[in-house]
Amino acid sequence: MSDIAEITVEDMVIDFPVGGGLFRKRYLRAANGVSLSLRAGEALAIVGESGSGKSTCARAIARITPPTGGTIRVDGVEITAPGFRQSQRDYASKVQMIFQDPFGSLNPVHTIRHHLARPIRIHAPELSAAEVEARVISTLERVGLSPAAQTAGKFPYELSGGQRQRVAIARALAVGARFILADEPISMLDVSIRLGILNLMDDMKREGIGFMYITHDIATARYFAERTAVMYLGHMVEWGESDSVTQSPRHPYTQLLISAVPEAGIRKTRERKAKKAEIPMRTPESRGCPFAGRCLKVMDQCHADMPPITQLEENHYVRCHLY
Amino acid sequence: MDGNPTPLAQPLLSCRGVSVDYVVGNLNARACNRVTLDIHPGETVGLAGESGCGKSTFAFAITRMHNAPALISEGEILFEGRDVLKMSDRELRAFRWKETAMVFQSAMNALNPVITIGEQLIDVILAHQDISRDAAWARGEELLETVGIAKSRMTSFAHQLSGGMRQRVVIAIALVLRPKLIVMDEPTTALDVVVEREIMDELQDLKERYGFAILFISHDLGLMGEICDRIGIMYAGNLVELGEARQVLEQPRHPYTKGLVGSFPTIHGPKTRLHGIPGNPVNLLQLPQGCNFQSRCTACISRCQTDEPRLVTVAETPPHLAACHLVSAATEADTKVVEEATS
Repeated sequence: MSDIAEITVEDMVIDFPVGGGLFRKRYLRAANGVSLSLRAGEALAIVGESGSGKSTCARAIARITPPTGGTIRVDGVEITAPGFRQSQRDYASKVQMIFQDPFGSLNPVHTIRHHLARPIRIHAPELSAAEVEARVISTLERVGLSPAAQTAGKFPYELSGGQRQRVAIARALAVGARFILADEPISMLDVSIRLGILNLMDDMKREGIGFMYITHDIATARYFAERTAVMYLGHMVEWGESDSVTQSPRHPYTQLLISAVPEAGIRKTRERKAKKAEIPMRTPESRGCPFAGRCLKVMDQCHADMPPITQLEENHYVRCHLY
Repeated sequence: MDGNPTPLAQPLLSCRGVSVDYVVGNLNARACNRVTLDIHPGETVGLAGESGCGKSTFAFAITRMHNAPALISEGEILFEGRDVLKMSDRELRAFRWKETAMVFQSAMNALNPVITIGEQLIDVILAHQDISRDAAWARGEELLETVGIAKSRMTSFAHQLSGGMRQRVVIAIALVLRPKLIVMDEPTTALDVVVEREIMDELQDLKERYGFAILFISHDLGLMGEICDRIGIMYAGNLVELGEARQVLEQPRHPYTKGLVGSFPTIHGPKTRLHGIPGNPVNLLQLPQGCNFQSRCTACISRCQTDEPRLVTVAETPPHLAACHLVSAATEADTKVVEEATS
């Protein structure tokens, strides 16, 4: 597979079975009608609280979880089409995931060299041992882990959280990843080194690597990503250019999310911005806007129909009946 | 209470040069190095720093909740003038929860999964007060409602509640005996931002109602800036800066505080490339001579490699302290070394 310029997801639906009887299965709808695109050299941030389906979408794009409906296209070629036989290995070398917990994603009994060399040998079996080693060293240097030769011989316990996350990024780059799906890559790291990882990913962007940046921290989304999509209960409710979404949020949920971000020196007014309600479970039978139960501006229509997509500006979209 | 308690008021809690060591074999890691901190009645004091800086160790040590291999090796902890380090087990039992209560980070693990919320609430009341079970139950129901949970939840188990509700229950249990000081160790770190906001708002309401003081431990400076009167910054066991929240966040003096403040992208305001702090947190078993922060500091001078900086006064009113040779050099004329002044 040659380099990928764009991954497009259209109307993706993901259901998970959650028990039920033999003849009447029950499903949870983790993602509904998700449409997005990832472009080379750009970052798309997916923001939402736990359970909003943001990780599920990334796993579907990485082909770890098969979507129930919708299409995923890579440069126009539908990879979800029945009968499509592109090898998983080839795809995986271009689209890699990195995970939240750098303590759980590295094997404690293997050296950093092993973590990088093994995927290189799998994806590029034609390389000689010396070439593999050279690529291990150059990749470690690329992510700022120098002296690389020394780092390569270390075990994960000898590295700090930030260094381990750099190893995870190096592992993705080592096999030639063009797109990195980063699932909360900095939320478990110390505050002082988070910026280092974000800035490293920012540098990778300039080398043409595309990112899907999954986070619950909308401030870092604005910092790192060109575009931001806000998810609530499996639905994209607002998306567009990061600055547009964060500076003039239009969907009541985005407004709630931004008003909740702590800001030093500003004591927020304690007016209620949403109704207190348990977050419901979405099923394939659910109707209406997912936020209707908590929205202060709810209308009758909201309970009946899912709002259509409204274009607010050139690059700013919302799904809300108010607009 | 407003943000500027008069220095003459007797502190609720007074810690003088408290050190805590973790001793394993012949290795000794000093997690808390001669920390001096007062908390006044009704005040909210924040303690910030990254993992391993000793902020939680300090919080545990205040009520002697630390376990071996941790050891309080020096210092004095006075609560309303009583020496906590000299209390007998019996006195300590009465002191904990009645005078100070703790709220931990993971409410998931703080609650017992096999007994109901109600049982856990009244357990505390019955252990400390001589009242009937029915009266304790009624008091428990009342408390749940003050933290915004229906009293019918008394018979629920922890797993039937959401993360935010569990943290509310833990706060209710902490409040049950109306303590004067609540130590909160990253109470909202595991929660979503919207839930965090709800809980922090409720906490402010409760504080206004009951007037307790809070020692708030977190790494989120933004959140601290909103709720704290004073903020202390810790690095590798040392308190490196202490002052009014606004001063510390807007005019940080220690290079570490400056780095920390510059590590948070903001949701509004100009979008510039931030740099965080270079390097990695220091290993407590291999502390350098001189300042612990020297390897990551961009303003390091030769003195930093030889002498350990001590907390000095940057500004008298309101008091603002920092432990950095650059600060002491700049204010040499009117500097007084705080440790000497207080000992």
